Amino acid sequence: MKVGFDLAMMKGLKKWRLFSMLAALMFFLAACGQEQISTLTPRGPVASEQFNLLILSTAIMTFVIIVVVVVYVMALMKFRRSKVGEDTIPEQVEGNTKLEILWTVIPIILLVILAVPTVYYTYTQAEVAGMEEVDEEGNKTALTVNVNAHLYWWEFEYPDLGIVTSQELVVPTGERVYFNLMAADVKHSFWIPSIGGKLDTNVENMNKFYLEFDIESEGLKDGVFYGKCAELCGPSHALMDFKVKSVSREDFDAWVAAANEEPSAPESDLAVQGEELFVQNGCIGCHAVSAVGGAVAQGQGPNVATFGDRNRVAGYLDYTEENLKDWIKNPQEYKPGNNMPEYPNLSDEELDALAAYLMGLSVENKQ
Amino acid sequence: MAEEIKYTPQTWPEHPETANLEGKNKFLGFWLFLGGETVLFASLFATYLALKDKGPEGMTFTTQSLFSEGLPLVFLMTMLLLTSSLTSVYAMYHMKNFNFRGMQTWMAITVLLGLGFLALEIYEFYHYVHIGFYFSQSAFSSAFFTLVGTHGLHVVIGLGWIILLMLRNAKRGLSVYNAQKYYTASLYWHFIDVVWVFIFTVVYLMGVMG
Amino acid sequence: MSAIAQKKGFGSVLWDWLTTVDHKKIAILYLASGGFFFIVGGIEAMLIRIQLAVPGNDFLSAGLYNEILTMHGTTMIFLAAMPILFGYMNAVVPLQIGARDVAFPFLNSLGFWLFFFGGIFLNLSWFMGGAPDAGWTSYASLSLYSPGNGIDFYALGLQVSGAGTYIAGINFLVTIINMRAPGMTYMRMPLFTWTTFVASALILFAFPPLTIGLFFLIFDRMFGANFFDHTMGGNTIIWEHLFWIFGHPEVYILILPAFGIFSEIFAIFSRKRLFGYSAMVFATVLIGFLGFMVWAHHMFTVGLGPTANAIFAVATMAIAVPTGVKIFNWLLTIWGGSIKVTTPMLYALGFIPSFVAGGVTGVMQAAAPLDYQLHDSYFIVAHFHYVIVGGVVLAILAGLHLYWPLMFNQMLDEKLGKITFWLFFFGFHATFFIQHFLGLMGMPRRVFTFVGDQGWDAFNAISSGGAVFMALGVIVLVVNIVKTVVQNKPAGTDPWEDGRTLEWAIPQPVPFYNFKRTPLVRGLDTFWIEKQEGNKEGMTYAEPLSDIHMPNNSFIPFVMSLGLFIASFGALYNGEKTWAVPVLVIGLAITVISMGVRSWKDDHGYHIHKEDLMDDKGGKY
Repeated sequence: MKVGFDLAMMKGLKKWRLFSMLAALMFFLAACGQEQISTLTPRGPVASEQFNLLILSTAIMTFVIIVVVVVYVMALMKFRRSKVGEDTIPEQVEGNTKLEILWTVIPIILLVILAVPTVYYTYTQAEVAGMEEVDEEGNKTALTVNVNAHLYWWEFEYPDLGIVTSQELVVPTGERVYFNLMAADVKHSFWIPSIGGKLDTNVENMNKFYLEFDIESEGLKDGVFYGKCAELCGPSHALMDFKVKSVSREDFDAWVAAANEEPSAPESDLAVQGEELFVQNGCIGCHAVSAVGGAVAQGQGPNVATFGDRNRVAGYLDYTEENLKDWIKNPQEYKPGNNMPEYPNLSDEELDALAAYLMGLSVENKQ
Repeated sequence: MAEEIKYTPQTWPEHPETANLEGKNKFLGFWLFLGGETVLFASLFATYLALKDKGPEGMTFTTQSLFSEGLPLVFLMTMLLLTSSLTSVYAMYHMKNFNFRGMQTWMAITVLLGLGFLALEIYEFYHYVHIGFYFSQSAFSSAFFTLVGTHGLHVVIGLGWIILLMLRNAKRGLSVYNAQKYYTASLYWHFIDVVWVFIFTVVYLMGVMG
Repeated sequence: MSAIAQKKGFGSVLWDWLTTVDHKKIAILYLASGGFFFIVGGIEAMLIRIQLAVPGNDFLSAGLYNEILTMHGTTMIFLAAMPILFGYMNAVVPLQIGARDVAFPFLNSLGFWLFFFGGIFLNLSWFMGGAPDAGWTSYASLSLYSPGNGIDFYALGLQVSGAGTYIAGINFLVTIINMRAPGMTYMRMPLFTWTTFVASALILFAFPPLTIGLFFLIFDRMFGANFFDHTMGGNTIIWEHLFWIFGHPEVYILILPAFGIFSEIFAIFSRKRLFGYSAMVFATVLIGFLGFMVWAHHMFTVGLGPTANAIFAVATMAIAVPTGVKIFNWLLTIWGGSIKVTTPMLYALGFIPSFVAGGVTGVMQAAAPLDYQLHDSYFIVAHFHYVIVGGVVLAILAGLHLYWPLMFNQMLDEKLGKITFWLFFFGFHATFFIQHFLGLMGMPRRVFTFVGDQGWDAFNAISSGGAVFMALGVIVLVVNIVKTVVQNKPAGTDPWEDGRTLEWAIPQPVPFYNFKRTPLVRGLDTFWIEKQEGNKEGMTYAEPLSDIHMPNNSFIPFVMSLGLFIASFGALYNGEKTWAVPVLVIGLAITVISMGVRSWKDDHGYHIHKEDLMDDKGGKY
């Protein structure tokens, strides 16, 4: 019996071809998902390291599965009662110490192979000392973004640049971007799958980590990376999306310069009317229209200085005037549980004006 | 039936609390229960340590106040409870010697000491609430009252249990059926005492370090 | 003993069930109520899959979806899986170790009724203003923010049912330590008894942290405390720690008894002794021990720092070793055996690949940096359904077929059983395998809907389609049970013909006092040894026939649990309704007074006399 088992193991091992297997695996996995949102198409070093761990662990685990399945199938084929005879009483084997040692030691070796890069990356990916580095003039060398998660929207504050934006993060490519993460109300979790794993935004303490963007997001579907809230945070958790624009360093600097300017005056009459309505209805009390400034208090709304540059309305609806007007009229219908008051009494003309105003607010156009 | 046998000091078993299977089961089960209770208090202690001195801006009552405000009183409480643990040992000594009256007397003294402890603890809490350190004042106050209060609740349950046992068996006398009940009650009382030693150390004495 | 044979009216039958302290009847109570909650949780699962079948679906509203997903998880873990396993433990363990009952029959009944009332209380939330909606983990910032009474129902309901579980845990520990028949040494205990033992030890140490966490939540929400309110100095991470210090062992509380059931099945239906018995015992204990060392792997993304993450990552990987040992020992048990593919064996065979798949994804998530990607995505949803459904639920279904003849003296239909298996097994893999990829493709978990055209549409549709097959499987199972109960054909002793342990040696239907004479255990698989030596009776006895001491039935456990049930309403509406505090006090008083009555009354049980035992059917002397 024992000989049969060993032979089966050897046969299983011989069939095993690590490299072809790995190649096939990578090909299959990379074919899954869309570039702007899939962890299987890493577009930054953090996600790449994590993807490599995925491949390594999958390979090890596939090996384990194959060994188990080979023994399992052989046992099933050879030892069915119909094969061995109705009245056979099998030998009552107690066990086998050598085998026990074998299947204790081999898994330990496999796990060590996995544990070494795991521990290594756990430390390197937690490295945030670069956040504090300064050049000769005392300016920070790296970009830091404070991410403040609100029910159900995201605020991105650039503390060293004096600007703030929301719902759509703009970052330069090819350098480490550091993040300070915090939640304003309940716990959320910040996740850009193609760029790197998630980190929670807690209510009582700040989490820090870095991400790096390899490519500019322009070529992607919609021209952005997708970001998600990954921690259940209430009814509209599913809709708490954000987008990321990664641009070259020059473009980023230009964007920062434009954002630091005062917002330009509305162009059309309709938009001027919209600006008045925006003030009269008190929208301005919650929504700042200039990107210059800092984080808002809990309960306030997102900054709309870049509204015209956005990819989505309310983070997930297609960017159309129709959706914007529906949203203003009845935000609870589109994001249940959010903190924006409803404005059911706005007339269609007023909504047209507000939409024209908001969609004209842009930083990119000033570049 | 075991419980119908009339015992004399000579026939009384050496370990009456585990004289039959039921007694053995309760003995073991109660020890396991205390194991779980230990984890329960460990969770409370860990929370207390995490939340001590945490509260809204401008909170004045801190662990140091516990040390300075509470210590003399709490020291007295500690002495009462430690002594009551000793008196319950005497009660168990008499139980093993089949001396029902001696056991009841020492149990009664234990109860009196426990009641003294409880009265002082209620006074202590009353005092804190009076000077503005109440349950919902801060995370620190919630953790303090929950930890010390859970212990206090254990004291109440222990006292109620022992009193009930004494009243119930006053006329019945000692048997292997109730010897085991007295034994577990006194075990519980010792446990309460041990937990208090930790509370005294961690909450009050260590308060001096802030 | 003629009284037991008398026909009884409905009232007295009901009274008998409400007051029973017989472990075999309590087993049936656990199985029936656990089964009911399993159906409820299953319906909730179907609603979830209907909602997610297509993008942008509005079948369920956002808030309602969160309530359903919370109740699905909570119900399945606390009210279905654990009670059903308790049912098997009650039915099997005392018989397996040669005991007349559990150590504390009264507490056994109390444990059941606490679970039952806690479960009912939790589910009443549906009819009283809305169910809890913060997930089964109920993370503190959200659970404090959540409006309405849903979370209050969660905290109080779990507190009451958790107390029942805790009591049951102590009961099984003492039973197994003290009540084993002569000759049943620790290293002769069947694996199901061993796993029950270790699972009970986990309950003993894992439930107190949950109790404390729930009390904090109750105090914060209903009594003005500030444990988790960061504006008052509180800290929500404390909840996460307490919850997972409980929550991770909880996973092993579920899976270890499942391992036990499969260990029995592999040995019985291979006609072969369990391979590497002592390694299996050692692995069980080691898994239980390590189970307490790894809770923070649920919190890799919380920001505990690289050192904590690295330590917990490596500790988590270590658990794979004893688990792997188990898998290989099972394989070597069937290797060289004589495999008969009955329905229980079919489930056990289905379990091996399913659970291995679930286990390996667990190791993948132990790699902390990789987990940053996998955590809270559909990958984790796939993983824990692979271990819980592929491990625990398959064990529950296997155990249902295996132990049905032991519990009811009837055989479930084998043909229908196999149909159920194939429907369920296929549906399970179709539903969950694909979810691994959804997670890798960036889909977060606990989303009530998703925007179309992100590459997720087809996979979600397939997943929902798979769920239909699982539901069909369960429907066939219900048909099977109804058919079997209606036909009521006695199965007799040793219905599987290859039973190896004591529970199969006992005459059917099992007498209410279990063993007329306490058996003498002569080795591992004692019944098998007796059969091999040609002993027709299947047992050697350790004592001559004598009187048997039995406990009296009692209504007090029911009343005590009812008191806590009533008190829970008082706590729930504290500060909202004027009657809240009186109701809280009255409820607690009912519990305390009935405890007092229990202590005050003499209750020595009764004896069955030797002469009556000789007349009783089921044995010949």
